[in-house]
Amino acid sequence: MGKSPGDKAPKGHSRRDLFKWAGAASVLAGTGSVQAQAAPATLPYREALETLTAAEADTLEAFCARLIPSDANGPGAKEARAAHYIDRALGGALASARDAYRSGLLALDFKAREANGKPFSALDAKSQDAMLTELEKTESSFFNLVRQHTLQGTFCDPYYGGNAGFVGWTLLGYPGIRMFVSEQDEAKNAHPVPVRKSAYDFPMFDRHNAHIADGIAAPADLAHMPYGMGNSKNGE
Amino acid sequence: MANELKMTDVVIVGMGATGGVAALPLTRAGLEVVGLEAGTWLSPNDFAPDELRNNYRGWPQLVQKANHEVPTHRRRDGAPYSPRPSVHPMMNAVGGTTVHFWGQSWRLNPWDFKVVSATTARYGAARIPSGSTVEDWPFGLEELEPYYDKVEYEVGISGQAGNIKGKIDERGNIFEGPRAREYPMPALHGTGFTAMMADAAKAIGAHPFAGPAAINSRDYEGRAGCMYHGWCDRGGCPVSAKSSTNVTTIPKALATKRLKIVTRAQVLRIEVDAKGRASGVTYLRDGKSYFQPARIVLMGCFTFENVRLLLLSKSRLFPAGLSNNHGQVGRHYMTHNEIGSVSALFPQNLNNWYGLPAQGIAIDNWADDNFDHAGLDFIGGVNLWAMNARRPIAAASAETFGKTGTWGSDWKAFIRQNADRIHHGYMQKTTLPYDVNYLDLDPAMKDPLGDPVIRITADYQENERRVARFAQDKMAAWYQAAGAIEVRKGGVDGIMGIGAHAYGGTRMGDNVQTNVVNRWGFSHEVPNLGIMGASLMGTSGSRNPTLTIQALAWRTAQHLADNWKELAG
Repeated sequence: MGKSPGDKAPKGHSRRDLFKWAGAASVLAGTGSVQAQAAPATLPYREALETLTAAEADTLEAFCARLIPSDANGPGAKEARAAHYIDRALGGALASARDAYRSGLLALDFKAREANGKPFSALDAKSQDAMLTELEKTESSFFNLVRQHTLQGTFCDPYYGGNAGFVGWTLLGYPGIRMFVSEQDEAKNAHPVPVRKSAYDFPMFDRHNAHIADGIAAPADLAHMPYGMGNSKNGE
Repeated sequence: MANELKMTDVVIVGMGATGGVAALPLTRAGLEVVGLEAGTWLSPNDFAPDELRNNYRGWPQLVQKANHEVPTHRRRDGAPYSPRPSVHPMMNAVGGTTVHFWGQSWRLNPWDFKVVSATTARYGAARIPSGSTVEDWPFGLEELEPYYDKVEYEVGISGQAGNIKGKIDERGNIFEGPRAREYPMPALHGTGFTAMMADAAKAIGAHPFAGPAAINSRDYEGRAGCMYHGWCDRGGCPVSAKSSTNVTTIPKALATKRLKIVTRAQVLRIEVDAKGRASGVTYLRDGKSYFQPARIVLMGCFTFENVRLLLLSKSRLFPAGLSNNHGQVGRHYMTHNEIGSVSALFPQNLNNWYGLPAQGIAIDNWADDNFDHAGLDFIGGVNLWAMNARRPIAAASAETFGKTGTWGSDWKAFIRQNADRIHHGYMQKTTLPYDVNYLDLDPAMKDPLGDPVIRITADYQENERRVARFAQDKMAAWYQAAGAIEVRKGGVDGIMGIGAHAYGGTRMGDNVQTNVVNRWGFSHEVPNLGIMGASLMGTSGSRNPTLTIQALAWRTAQHLADNWKELAG
């Protein structure tokens, strides 16, 4: 279709548009860190607790840090801010897991205090690992829930508050999101230069960026009303 | 009471893979068509390269109509229910599931149309598994070929022909049936990984080839070529290089000015008149109900909803559901045979980080009846597929081949070294229909309107388990020839639940006692009711069904246009 059929379907994008935007994004990317997305660059980076209590967050932070530890192989879940990702997600997409975290983290911390007289977060790494090894056997569904979410928080798009500084993608050797991948990029022994961008650094997907409205008609649902029905009388 | 709308020639339920195709020949023939779609238009801005949102949170499937209608499953009558998935595999949108499908666009193998007669002729009737309800299709590949051809060119498929009018081309699938001409576009380009797997295929005596895809390998009809960025497996394409019907046949049909699409229309019932003919459909939109009268009703839903709408549409003349006076609606259900995984660990990085599921290398030597089954204990086979696609969360979640646990420093060292060295085979295998496998309405689970959801009662049988073990051996041999240092096989006791490739339920055939629709896709019992989709298919083949259901839909629509007076009454 050389042009859109009438005014009804959403307008398409050409690859040229995308490259134009990608160019704009690479300029913007010069402004630096992941955190810059969450707050204006003039403010220092902050993290609030949106869902967890401070005590729950302490326990979870220590839990995540043992699942993917910082070690000779580089930063881990703590540096990726996996616990921060989980805290935010528990207020939204992962809300159905909120109660599991409340009871699971409380039980883990209670056991730590009972056995060692210290909160879980204050134990040394060896003792924490011993407790998590036990938890993996006895409370496998909670353990696997936290593991799954820690993987998400370490390797997700940094827009979601995890994979801070792209430490997760760097750990895996993932060369990053490209909108265009050449045949050479997919060749044997190719080593594409790592791109460290969020999906939402591409203006096409960034709602904050005015570029999104350029030439793109909103999906014209109202143009598809049953004939005979007034557009304004039926529904939202 | 429902608001009664103006009469139309044809109403199509669902503007997806089949409805989106059927609208084109109908409107070109001058017919007025209303397309009812439960979803909305999506725009290129909706298709962000976001693994968490698309693959793990199931956006946008999670928030759609179909997600309130996820079927229940049990292995057999009286068995306990299996866990119910949280996300339905289909998509509600203009374009339907072709928006997020992987795009593999195969023609069926000639054997798939005549499983009973071909098996009987070559090996004897005793080789048809007992309890199977499989029948030959009412026609062979040669009948569907012109419609495959039509769809390949109108939708836009890239690929390499292997058999043009009987002349074999070694660059393509040498086992495919004869086709009239080449694909409209060359196949997607290969990668370092697919080249390695192609060499390994030759080393085990197989014939590798690049499979067909509904993805542009170059600019086609004003749409861009693929960018190979690899984020189309749970989302659409931001540059419309994927040939989803919302950017191909639907815009062409809209351009005739004879197609009206009503989005967010949830169809509740197919209505019949006093003579037992379909009179139209009732749908709900923004809390109000409408009756859309039509001379012809075409259903183009996913298998589960085609069956559910028929079973829900009870009337005096059809007390067990529309077109169900022979008790065949819901019978012969099957999904692709998804049991028996194989994964491999390689000693070097594979550079799989980019690319897409449709960018792969195929082996068809052990599919269908392309090999001698005389000394084997099953019929059917497997299409082996090695794709070039990987994303970070999935890579970090991969299995560890028993080398470490799943967390801690040892695991981290493993995943750092091996994230790009693990591969999973994609093996589509034959499933047969059985009398014990069927769909009906769940007695307890309901959607938000109070209508029951579909209940699946189905399990793989011994033939499927044998095919799965055979397929695992072949996939393992392929990986080993490619240099894999570890190969792991999963079990073959998995459940046949909700498949993305779900077949049967309104099977097509000449015998009115065992089939819901005739050879043209029209109901044996309701002459002006047509049905489209994989619910018509009586055999699974060992490859993705979308192109086949689109070819069938085009054929049904063309038949309707050519015989309008007779069918519209």
